[in-house]
Amino acid sequence: MSTAPRLTALDALHRSLGATMTDFAGWDMPLRYASERDEHNAVRTRAGLFDLSHMGEITVTGPEAAAFLSYALVGNIATVGNGRARYTMIVQEDGGIVDDLIVYRLGETEYMVVANAGNAQIVLDALTARVAGFDAEVRDDRDAYALLAVQGPESPAIMKAVTDADLDGLKYYAGLPGTVAGVPALIARTGYTGEDGFELFVAPVHAEQLWRALTEAGEAHGLIPCGLSCRDTLRLEAGMPLYGHELTTALTPFDAGLGRVVKFEKEGDFVGREALTAAAERAESAPPRKLVGLIAEGRRVPRAGYPVVAVGGPDGKVIGEVTSGAPSPTLGKPIAMAYVDAAFAAPGTEGVGVDIRGTHEPYEVVALPFYKRQK
Amino acid sequence: MSNPQQLRYSKEHEWLSAVEDGVATIGITEYAANALGDVVYAQLPEVGDTVTAGETCGELESTKSVSDLYSPVTGEVTAANQDVVDDPSLVNSAPFEGGWLFKVRVAEEPADLLSADEYTAFSGN
Repeated sequence: MSTAPRLTALDALHRSLGATMTDFAGWDMPLRYASERDEHNAVRTRAGLFDLSHMGEITVTGPEAAAFLSYALVGNIATVGNGRARYTMIVQEDGGIVDDLIVYRLGETEYMVVANAGNAQIVLDALTARVAGFDAEVRDDRDAYALLAVQGPESPAIMKAVTDADLDGLKYYAGLPGTVAGVPALIARTGYTGEDGFELFVAPVHAEQLWRALTEAGEAHGLIPCGLSCRDTLRLEAGMPLYGHELTTALTPFDAGLGRVVKFEKEGDFVGREALTAAAERAESAPPRKLVGLIAEGRRVPRAGYPVVAVGGPDGKVIGEVTSGAPSPTLGKPIAMAYVDAAFAAPGTEGVGVDIRGTHEPYEVVALPFYKRQK
Repeated sequence: MSNPQQLRYSKEHEWLSAVEDGVATIGITEYAANALGDVVYAQLPEVGDTVTAGETCGELESTKSVSDLYSPVTGEVTAANQDVVDDPSLVNSAPFEGGWLFKVRVAEEPADLLSADEYTAFSGN
């Protein structure tokens, strides 16, 4: 494996802005520019600008593209309208989650699959293997796109200053081709922050021009550049899973509480159907651990991997594990997502704690998400 | 950034003020504060605790991580900064001033504390 980090088209710009960089799935990405809490709050109340060029784009074309994707993924891609997008997953034959994905339908017979950076090669390989027998083609377009995101309540106003595209007609989970700040872009109303926002797929050569135009248009609206640190706390507050934390190959979509993405009713077979049918029944009759939210009563922060324990009992029995945790800027308290035994998973369950480096701290069990924006 | 000349520094990125009436003030450097990111929780040693040079005596939590706090000297704690406990962001906004962490009646200090220039060379900042 190569050890040299991959750089996005905006690398020099990030450095000129004083970004603290971090390795993320082999990419050198902005972690934060100044205060990650300020960046988080900017997205919740105004707007933030992200470089997400590490995400992996895979294009699928051909007369049987829809049928192929419905076979290769758990969702019913055949029902995705032109110009719409769908959150879905790709699983192994045994039902284990390979990745969570967004599939954009770009045309009658053209789709773009967006995978997590750390899984892009695995997803590409799986799609390439699964396309055999379909009249469709799978193309690696990871290097064809830079991805910028404008997220936050002010993002529509900022976008309107730099594009004539019909943003009012662009619903959540939809995408349309257009021109933004003079450069051709796929404009998608998607994000990973719990706020309204846009993701802009552009040629890497245009990324800097677009970044500068959005920065300028956003200045009056309080837009600031934002790194991956606040993206993580934003998605955590919004209860959105992150691959490698809430989602792994050891879990099915049903284990993760996301069984709704599996569409058994679709036409034809799909990879994982048999195993997922069994997983769905298991989740119904004898649920394993469930994904819940935890809110701290104290100030110490739970981190991924910390044990969830029964407190007040005799032995501090381990009843689960934290998958993601952080201080929540919006709630002003530490929060976590965790898998806990079903008996302890109901909101308000008494006697749940987290073992924070040897000390059992009390936590409140809540339903996800922690934060939902007012529409 | 610049590391104040009148302070001395440890390789664990703590700073130590000049000793006055036997007591020195201790904090973490701006370099360390920047590396941590926004500090959200500070667990400081308590007045009367004995701290030992090079050993942990508390912890600092930031958005992304938790770090042990080391004492650069050995001695008895005479004060802990309640302002930082109440508002840990002081560690980021004023690491060398209002963001000080605790004071120690110095019984013993190690010989390998660094000058400002030596620390700047050591940390690359």
